[in-house]
Amino acid sequence: MVGFRSDRAQMVTLSEGVAELVGDGDSVALEGFTHLIPFAAGHEVVRQGRRELELIRMTPDLLYDQLIGMGCARRLVFSYGGNPGVGSLHRFRDAVENGWPHPIEVEEHSHAGMANRYAAGASDLPFAVMRGYRGNDLAGRTRVATVTCPFTGEELAAVPALRPDVAIVHAQEADRRGNVQLWGIPGVQKEAVLAARRSLVTVERIVDELELRPGGVVIPGWVVDAVAEAPGGSQPSYSHGLTERDNEFYRRWDEISRDRDGFRAWMEEHVLGKVAAG
Amino acid sequence: MKADAGEVMTVVAARHLLDAKVCFIGVGRPSTAAILAREVHNPELVLVYESGTIGAKPFRIPLSIGDGELAETADAVVSVPEMFNYWVQPGRLDVAFLGAAQIDRFGNLNSTVIGDYDRPKVRLPGGGGAPEIAAACGEVVVIAPHSTRTFVERLDFVTSVGFGDGPGARERLGFRGKGPTTVITDLGVLEPDPETKELTLTQLHEGVEADEVREATGWPLAVAVEPRRTEPPTDDELGALRELTSR
Repeated sequence: MVGFRSDRAQMVTLSEGVAELVGDGDSVALEGFTHLIPFAAGHEVVRQGRRELELIRMTPDLLYDQLIGMGCARRLVFSYGGNPGVGSLHRFRDAVENGWPHPIEVEEHSHAGMANRYAAGASDLPFAVMRGYRGNDLAGRTRVATVTCPFTGEELAAVPALRPDVAIVHAQEADRRGNVQLWGIPGVQKEAVLAARRSLVTVERIVDELELRPGGVVIPGWVVDAVAEAPGGSQPSYSHGLTERDNEFYRRWDEISRDRDGFRAWMEEHVLGKVAAG
Repeated sequence: MKADAGEVMTVVAARHLLDAKVCFIGVGRPSTAAILAREVHNPELVLVYESGTIGAKPFRIPLSIGDGELAETADAVVSVPEMFNYWVQPGRLDVAFLGAAQIDRFGNLNSTVIGDYDRPKVRLPGGGGAPEIAAACGEVVVIAPHSTRTFVERLDFVTSVGFGDGPGARERLGFRGKGPTTVITDLGVLEPDPETKELTLTQLHEGVEADEVREATGWPLAVAVEPRRTEPPTDDELGALRELTSR
């Protein structure tokens, strides 16, 4: 069951939010489909030294490459593990191919499968129904089953609901009651928050009152556990209208992450050596 | 102006979109080809990016499928569940571009692993949207560099189904789309034989002979009786492409 903790989100600092909501061994979904990726929150998870996490994310790009390379993950549930437009995720590959820094388990789906799994979780249904996974080798390697439509007899794929312990997403703004608004590419963040048992939202700014935007997605504060202000918290991804995607950094990451020592040195300087904003 | 091999692939891909209404794209060359097609051949072409931007009109070639310019210029911006459930699954998208690390004679694609799944030699990014796109979109155009590493006898992993094990496979699987109708490489173009569904060399780029393509293919490649010659990129096409990539 989805358990709502209080009638409104707690306003916290990022380090308080992560300390309170993310525990060792939890399943954690830091979502954001190429946009609004919660980098600041992910970096705080690294700084607080969380271990044995089941990391869930459709597109585990640079942020999960960093978490995996820092040894935070026991397991990865995903659908596309690449650096979009650039190439491989070297830390992800090193973990899967060579078990460095330690082996990780993978559970892999298609995007459609993951999106439907979140939607089922948000709906508090045990599974979602879709046309998919037919004839390919993914079906034999992941959690998918076949159901027959009771009305037409059509055979369809059933994928199990995703119910992360914690969802962490980034948005442009929240008001002081913790009502959150994001706009631009909405990804699967609303579904992730509603599917999860607990949720933390980081925002670019706290405002007195949300000004509703065309195409804006509002997540009411009473389904969010905590909101933390983290300006620039989605960089090198971006927050539509407020910050720009740092495409150059995505290209540079290929070089930074290629080698284990170079990666560690970068993380020590840019993540471990910093304190959380807010 | 003389085009390089990559430019020829992009121009040939763009020409394929002459009459398309809605084109689904990922990153890289397909995106460049689709933007070029909108500028040169088909200004009404609707570009749909996996990130949820429908009717995007980018001025620059995006690095990722989720660059801000795509959302700013789109007719509609939708969530990922909506993209796959309401737009991809019902077959609303005419043409989709896919790439792959491996492709076999029936146009099945591998973008998951090289080697054994549990102990992969190379862990590739994975399927992303491709498995359902390959099943449901009106037709699939594959763009891949031609070599025996990519064009293989047997895939290490079937990520996305083309014609499966041959004639009738897509129908048995209940797929709605036509499957891979065109494979564009740096040497030429392959199309499925209408009867056997086996990819057949039907078009050669300028200066390429059929034997060269056979050698770059990991199975005994079927060759059309008289393969067409690719019309070299015109100055208009090439000028527009270079202007586009320089933005």
